[in-house]
Amino acid sequence: MNKSIYAYILVMAAVSYLIRVFPLAVIRKPITNKYIKSFLYYIPYVTLTVMTFPAIIYATDSKISGIASLAIGILLAFFTRNLFAVALGCCLTVLLFSFI
Amino acid sequence: MNEKTIVKRKVFLKGMKDGAPIGLGYFAVSFSIGITAKNTGLNLLQGFFLSLLNNASAGEVAGLSSIAAKTSLITLAVVMLVTNARYLLMSCALSQKFAPDMPFYHRLLIAFDITDEIFGIGISYPGYLEPTYMYGAFLTTIPMWAAGTVLGIAVGNILPQVIVNALSVAIYGMFLAVVIPPCRKNKVITGVVITSFVLSYASKYIPLISKASESIRVIILTVLISGFAAVLFPVNDSEREEAVNE
Repeated sequence: MNKSIYAYILVMAAVSYLIRVFPLAVIRKPITNKYIKSFLYYIPYVTLTVMTFPAIIYATDSKISGIASLAIGILLAFFTRNLFAVALGCCLTVLLFSFI
Repeated sequence: MNEKTIVKRKVFLKGMKDGAPIGLGYFAVSFSIGITAKNTGLNLLQGFFLSLLNNASAGEVAGLSSIAAKTSLITLAVVMLVTNARYLLMSCALSQKFAPDMPFYHRLLIAFDITDEIFGIGISYPGYLEPTYMYGAFLTTIPMWAAGTVLGIAVGNILPQVIVNALSVAIYGMFLAVVIPPCRKNKVITGVVITSFVLSYASKYIPLISKASESIRVIILTVLISGFAAVLFPVNDSEREEAVNE
C-alpha cells in the first residue's frame, strides 16, 4: 500500500511538472504574431479573475464576509497596489465578520 | 561585492518579500490538504512529498481522491492533466517574460513552481522577469506549502476555525492585487476583468459549462475571453509595458 502511494505521488508530480515545463522549454523565442501575443497578454487577467470570483464568496463560512472581503480587496488593490496589504485586508475583513 | 551581486540580492529579497504573504496563504490551504491527505491514508513523509513535488492545490485534492478511489495510474495522469491544464496557459504566457539571453536551465527550474500565485507575481514583474526574483519567492512559499500539509496530517485541528476561515481568502486577495491595479490606466484590461467577473458568475448557471469541473471552467473562460479580447483589442509592445510598469 505504501509503495503504491509513492507511485501515485510520483505520477502526479511528473504530470504537474511536464505541464509546466513544456511551454517554457518549447517557446524559447519571443512570439511575433500580434494576436497570439495579445492572447497571452490577456490570459492572467482572465484566469485570475475567473478563479477569484465567485469562489471568494464561497470560501468562508458566510457569504456576506466573502462578499465584504472581495469589496475590500478590490478597493485596497486599486488604491494601495500592495500584495501584502490586499491579502491582509481580505483576511482581516473575514476575521472581523466572524466576531460580529 | 560588485554592483551586479548587490542588485541580484535586492531582487532576491524582493521575491522573498512578495512570496511571504503567498506562503502564509499557502500554509492555510495546504494545511487543509493535509487533513484530506490524512483521511486518505498518507503518512507525514508521503504528505511532505505530495506537496513538495506537486505545488498544486486543486491538483493535489483531485490526486488524493484518485488515491482514495484506487484508480489506475493512467486515470490519475489524465485527472492531473485536466486539473492542472491552466498551468499550460500560464507557462505559455510566462515564456514571453524572460530575457532572450537568460540561460536555459532557469526555465527548467522555474517551471517547477508555476502556481496561480507565483505566476501572478511573476507576470506582473516590471520588464523581463529575473530568475532570482522567482527563487526568492520560491524560498518563502515552497517550504510553507510542504510544511502546511505535514502539519495538517500531524495535528489536523490545532488552528482555530476562525483563523483557517480568515486565511482562506488570502489567496484571492493576492489575485486581486494582480488584476486590479492595471485597471487604473488601461481601459481594455478593465473591460476584460469586468467581463471575466460577469461571465465567471454566469457560467455557474449556463448549461454544460456549469456541469464541468472548476478547472475546465477556468480553461474555457480563459480561452474564450482572452481570445475575443486579443482579436478585438490587439495590443502593441509599448501598451504592454505601460500597463505592467504603471
